[in-house]
Amino acid sequence: MQEIMASFFVECEELHEALTDALQMMADGEHDVETINVAFRAVHSIKGGAGAFGLDDLVSFAHQFETVMDGCRSGDLGITDDLVQLFLRCGDFLSDLIRCSRDSDDINTSVAEGLIGELAGYVPDSGDDGPEETVDFQPTTLSLGDLGPGGPALDLPADLPPLPDLPPLGDLPPLDATAHPDTATTGPRQGLSVTFKPEHELYESGNEPLFFLRALADLGPCDISLSFDAPDDLVDLAKSGHRLSWQIDIDTEAGPADVHEIFEFAVGLCQIDVTERTAATAADAAPDLPAPPADDAPPPDTPAPKITTPAKPAAKSAPKTATKASPTVRVDLERIERLVNLVGELVINQAMLTQSIAEENIPPNSPVSAGLDEFMQLTRNIQESVMMIRAQPVKSLFQRMSRIVREASTAVGKSVKLVTEGDTTEIDKTAIECLADPLTHMIRNAVDHGLESSEKRLETGKSKQGEIRLAAAHRSGRVIIEVSDDGGGINREKVRSIAESKGLVSPDAALSDSEIDQLLFLPGFSTADAVSNLSGRGVGMDVVKTQITSLGGRITIDSVPGKGTTFSISLPLTLAVLDGMVVTVAGETLVVPVNAIVESLSLERKDLNPVSPGQTVLCVRDQFVPVLDLGRELGYRNAICVDDGAIALLISPEEGILVAMLVDSIEDQRQVVIKGMQESYGRVPGVAAATILGDGKVALILDANDLVQNAAGANLTEAERKAS
Amino acid sequence: MTHPNDQDAKPAGPDSGDPTEFLSFRIGDDEYSVDIMSVREIRGWTQTTSLPHSPSFVRGVINLRGTVLPVIDLAMRLGLAETDPEDRNVIIVVDAGERVMGLRVDAVSDILSFTKDQLQPPPDVASPATESFVKALTILDERMVRMLDLSTVLPGIEEIAA
Repeated sequence: MQEIMASFFVECEELHEALTDALQMMADGEHDVETINVAFRAVHSIKGGAGAFGLDDLVSFAHQFETVMDGCRSGDLGITDDLVQLFLRCGDFLSDLIRCSRDSDDINTSVAEGLIGELAGYVPDSGDDGPEETVDFQPTTLSLGDLGPGGPALDLPADLPPLPDLPPLGDLPPLDATAHPDTATTGPRQGLSVTFKPEHELYESGNEPLFFLRALADLGPCDISLSFDAPDDLVDLAKSGHRLSWQIDIDTEAGPADVHEIFEFAVGLCQIDVTERTAATAADAAPDLPAPPADDAPPPDTPAPKITTPAKPAAKSAPKTATKASPTVRVDLERIERLVNLVGELVINQAMLTQSIAEENIPPNSPVSAGLDEFMQLTRNIQESVMMIRAQPVKSLFQRMSRIVREASTAVGKSVKLVTEGDTTEIDKTAIECLADPLTHMIRNAVDHGLESSEKRLETGKSKQGEIRLAAAHRSGRVIIEVSDDGGGINREKVRSIAESKGLVSPDAALSDSEIDQLLFLPGFSTADAVSNLSGRGVGMDVVKTQITSLGGRITIDSVPGKGTTFSISLPLTLAVLDGMVVTVAGETLVVPVNAIVESLSLERKDLNPVSPGQTVLCVRDQFVPVLDLGRELGYRNAICVDDGAIALLISPEEGILVAMLVDSIEDQRQVVIKGMQESYGRVPGVAAATILGDGKVALILDANDLVQNAAGANLTEAERKAS
Repeated sequence: MTHPNDQDAKPAGPDSGDPTEFLSFRIGDDEYSVDIMSVREIRGWTQTTSLPHSPSFVRGVINLRGTVLPVIDLAMRLGLAETDPEDRNVIIVVDAGERVMGLRVDAVSDILSFTKDQLQPPPDVASPATESFVKALTILDERMVRMLDLSTVLPGIEEIAA
């Protein structure tokens, strides 16, 4: 039961996502019937499931919710903005209810009553449809095992003619056609035609067709016939096992779903066609064949006369077929993790193989080399597919944020609209989970501090409604998530004076605008004059920054006074494998991610021009580019030493900025497996991770942007150190 | 192995406490040891990949069957004279709770078994650093053996990243 409950709650999450989606579309002005239907169905399914588990609070709330929505569906209620807002709030509360039910927490009944009361205001006469509605999800009792004499008549409406008494199944005589006209009048569902054709695999996997036939016979009186598709040649007999097929006509009230349930564990092992017989076909389908009783199903070696199956034409229009596959599979994340690790090992192994083949001096056009190329291709495909399993669209995350915006804006009395972009962008599942908290903080900050009050907005000529934009995109191998508002921008003077008053920065320090913005990330910083419910307790941006950094990401601020503020989070795709350029610097082998490199240049000594002590520039197509010697940055050597033939890798840490990174030589370009060092060692500045090369040595993977930032932002780190 | 049956089998007297086994090794002429239960494996010396901006006692990282293992030069960690790695040196892979690291030592010498009574706390005169690294001393065949406290010998993540 616990397991079923758990899967119900997982389903609830999915349903709630669909509901939120539909409601959001309604909020955006989409009022067509299908959208409302989607929302209605989601709530209805949640209610149905909750009813089965006896979650009464959930049921009663969902019921009221659904009733009002049903009014919209039928057109009795006009959809107004207020109503949609109410729906949205109800949707939020519904998710709370689901969570509380799952964790067996206490439910805030006052909120529930308030919302139910509001909803009730929309229902014309909310009294009479309650009981009737609840019938929908009452568990239907099917008395399947009880099909002895008079069995099929058990649950039939009273006004139908009684069925003839049927003898017990065991000694069931062949059904004669005269029985059918009676059964045919019992309603539209008086029988099923099942064609059961086992595949070879069914026999191989040890299944016994007889058991299926018996199970079918439990549904009702059966008329079973066997047909044998004789091979032309006895030699063919061994090749294909599916020469036998059964045609079963059952007089039952059970639907096709019940039949499929019987064959549930044989899906893919046999062909099943189920059709509901209409009155006419039912009569036709009962030829006077001497069909043996169910328990005495014909042994496979007695070819029964072939019968024509009247159900065949209808089979095409049958609502369900046995080959229906479930669209998703829920897999334990740990298993995927293991798969990812194994693929990582595979890539290392392949690199080692490549290296040893190269050492054997095998000619490049030999079958071995060709095979190796194919192997590399396959490895890459496998690895990409594995990564795709872990990736998930950020949509669910963004949906949660729309709720935060609603709650936050109500709390501070601002009118805020959330615009999301790129919610199909896929990022790693773990990253999605870890991003929820920081994003919540940032959204609340944006609503509370970022946006001005409505009056102030009108004064400055902005629309009354503030806008918060949440955007996700893939950019050069990283995921960029931006939270922006169209508020007043960061008040840098205020930030600075607060930082000074809190002793976070010395009063005489010369700070650029972006350095002042960075002060927001210092621990213990809070700009709100009054501590509000939402934010301003001084635990905010520094925690956000720590969380983002622990994911291997970076966070930057871009603020224009009067126009708004944009926080961008840049995360690695957290793929376990990346394309790397293997380079050497001062005898050390390093890996630079290929996606960080804009271009590579071969240098001569004269290309480098010293500008000031310790600063050198390189002239690339009439543009002066600062030079960063990798050996010196990493502490491998003290001075730039450039021999002719050294290589400059041009990297672009930000749009429009180029930095040249000097290396001694480029060895190779290949896929490398990322091996984290954070857990065992900690973060190394400028180094993203490590990898293992084909010769078994460890090489460091550089974080080019971090290197540049460390070189450029040395002053700021100084300031931060002083501050802390 | 501190299984009760094992203890009974040992000749240790009832008053001497539970015997503990230590892996002893040499650095220069001195003998050190660590609790054998924290030793995962002993490997021959392999060339390390040095890490930028790391403290001097961090030799770098090595590939330990697919994982990246940081290696500490124990001599430098303990403030002893720096020596260049030789092929005869060994790396003792130790597991101290959450962290697994390699310790570069000159050579592994023996497995010793001591009871608690035989161990003495280091005298107060020891310098603050050594005192925190060495948690006990004992005499074996007129040689002094130092028991290292791995929780302090292995640098914390803050200590390295600072």
